[in-house]
Amino acid sequence: MLAETETVVPPRAAKPPLSFLQQVMAATPGDSRLEMCIQCGTCGGSCPSGPDMDYTPRHLFALIRADMRDQALSSNTFWYCVSCYYCVVRCPQQVYITDIMAALKRMAIREGHSLHGDAPDFSQTFIGNVERYGRSFELGLATRYHLTHSPLRKVGIGTLALGMMARDRLAFTPTRIQGIESLQAILHKAHELTAEAERTGEVELL
Amino acid sequence: MTTSRTQYGYYPGCSLERSASAYDVSTRAIAAALGLDLAELDDWNCCGATEYLAINKLAAYALIARNLALAEKQFAPGDGSGGAHKAQLVAPCSACFLNLRKADHHLQEDKTLAVKTNEALAAGGLHYDAGAVKIRHLLDVIVSDVGYARVKELVVKPLTGLRVAPYYGCLFSRPHLGGERRTQGVRTNPEYPMELDRLLKLLGAEVVYFPLKTHCCGGHMTQISADVAYELIRRLLQNAADFQADILATLCPMCQLNLDAYQQQVSRHFGVKFNLPIVYFTQLMGLAFGIEAKALGFGKEIVSAAPALARIGIQAPLPEGEAEKPKRKPRRPKEALPLPVMPAESEEMEL
Ligand code: SF4
Ligand code: SF4
Ligand code: SF4
Ligand code: SF4
Repeated sequence: MLAETETVVPPRAAKPPLSFLQQVMAATPGDSRLEMCIQCGTCGGSCPSGPDMDYTPRHLFALIRADMRDQALSSNTFWYCVSCYYCVVRCPQQVYITDIMAALKRMAIREGHSLHGDAPDFSQTFIGNVERYGRSFELGLATRYHLTHSPLRKVGIGTLALGMMARDRLAFTPTRIQGIESLQAILHKAHELTAEAERTGEVELL
Repeated sequence: MTTSRTQYGYYPGCSLERSASAYDVSTRAIAAALGLDLAELDDWNCCGATEYLAINKLAAYALIARNLALAEKQFAPGDGSGGAHKAQLVAPCSACFLNLRKADHHLQEDKTLAVKTNEALAAGGLHYDAGAVKIRHLLDVIVSDVGYARVKELVVKPLTGLRVAPYYGCLFSRPHLGGERRTQGVRTNPEYPMELDRLLKLLGAEVVYFPLKTHCCGGHMTQISADVAYELIRRLLQNAADFQADILATLCPMCQLNLDAYQQQVSRHFGVKFNLPIVYFTQLMGLAFGIEAKALGFGKEIVSAAPALARIGIQAPLPEGEAEKPKRKPRRPKEALPLPVMPAESEEMEL
């Protein structure tokens, strides 16, 4: 805490390197209030994934504040966040925990820490479809995803898929939206802007 | 607008196109009965669920904002001054509801993000004025705008004797988006909302005590860590069973999918036998309004709702494909599981 308030502001030219805490806060849209965390542990106690996480959200925030970047980013904590927002509505300091988790996912991927199981791949497969068609085909995605990632479970998933198929609940081909070209242009531009932000170090856009 | 009733933009979301078509069908059916004017958003795209935000922030916001921009254009055309919630967009999917409203909220709050997002939108010839479109959840529109009184008037076939567990999941009541603009969400108790309870009671159903009603069903965890997801699903099913629910009513396609489609696997995993039909609240509304079960998407659920409904004298179709079920081994080898195919490959796929 003290370290931040004491940061000397150097002349404009050389941007002071942001602390890990500042970077995480900047990458979270809106006001994350992460610096307000009082380490009460309410979040971890409310978290349905808490028992499976390397660190509870509270613990993770302590690591972030201590600038323990690698340890924090290589943990599975944010990958196990199911976005239930229990922590957010209970946090006495209104820390915007769930969005911080999403920001940490992006950072971990960017910095090559995304070794945690299947979550990043699942996200990639999903958005691959969205970028190509404009709509996802959800369960179809799940099936394809499972066959490439967890072959051991494929029989189980196969039964599930057959049940869904019998009820016509499984799309074999995704719907392509009419404005797909416009959407792709939009996403292309967004990726360009992201690359630019990476170059210039505008963390708040990442 | 010349019509006296409010027109709502309708954002079905990808799930409602296929895996949750029962939700879509029943929503449209009861909207007609309720006099709710839902106009589908033209050429909407997927909102990206939670996946896109995990990869790329600007692209995630641009993806969502395309829908907002289209909604502004279609439902609130005009000066482009924004800010005034000139149009309303209704989402039946809780995940879409959150994504859309969160994006709008942050675009209002975060000017840099808004400028960059619009820069991306401009590449596709679009623009969004943050705040122009108010995002609503379908349940909220029904109870707050149409109102309980109107719903009650329409009940002709009360669901007397049906014990229903009201399941809200996470994203109907959470989160409140901070600051002054809390009204963006549903104003309710984030952990123990009562809207669905009240609504179901008006339909004549017996609403069981369901303490876990806003606990998480695991979301996309079924795809990532089965053990984590199965335990979350088990807790919910067990809780509903403990209070002897005949059926569970949900308001989110992802929750429906997790609790319904994974129920067998969860049963097997824990060595318990769950048998809880998972239906959409809109389907139950339709039944109470006297609409035929067939027209409400019944039969799409994996765990059949027919036996539970038969007990209260309602005939519902058996799950589709159930007739062919007797264990006939599929002729295809096990490796040839139903892979989704890209359009180009689809010719080779014998269905
Ligand atoms: S609940 Fe809030 S204040 Fe308490 S530890 Fe978690 S983030 Fe910090
Ligand atoms: S939002 Fe994420 S971190 Fe917070 S309680 Fe839910 S799973 Fe845990
Ligand atoms: S969140 Fe799910 S249902 Fe909603 S648009 Fe995205 S993929 Fe479709
Ligand atoms: S995990 Fe389930 S309950 Fe939680 S938001 Fe997602 S679908 Fe809804």
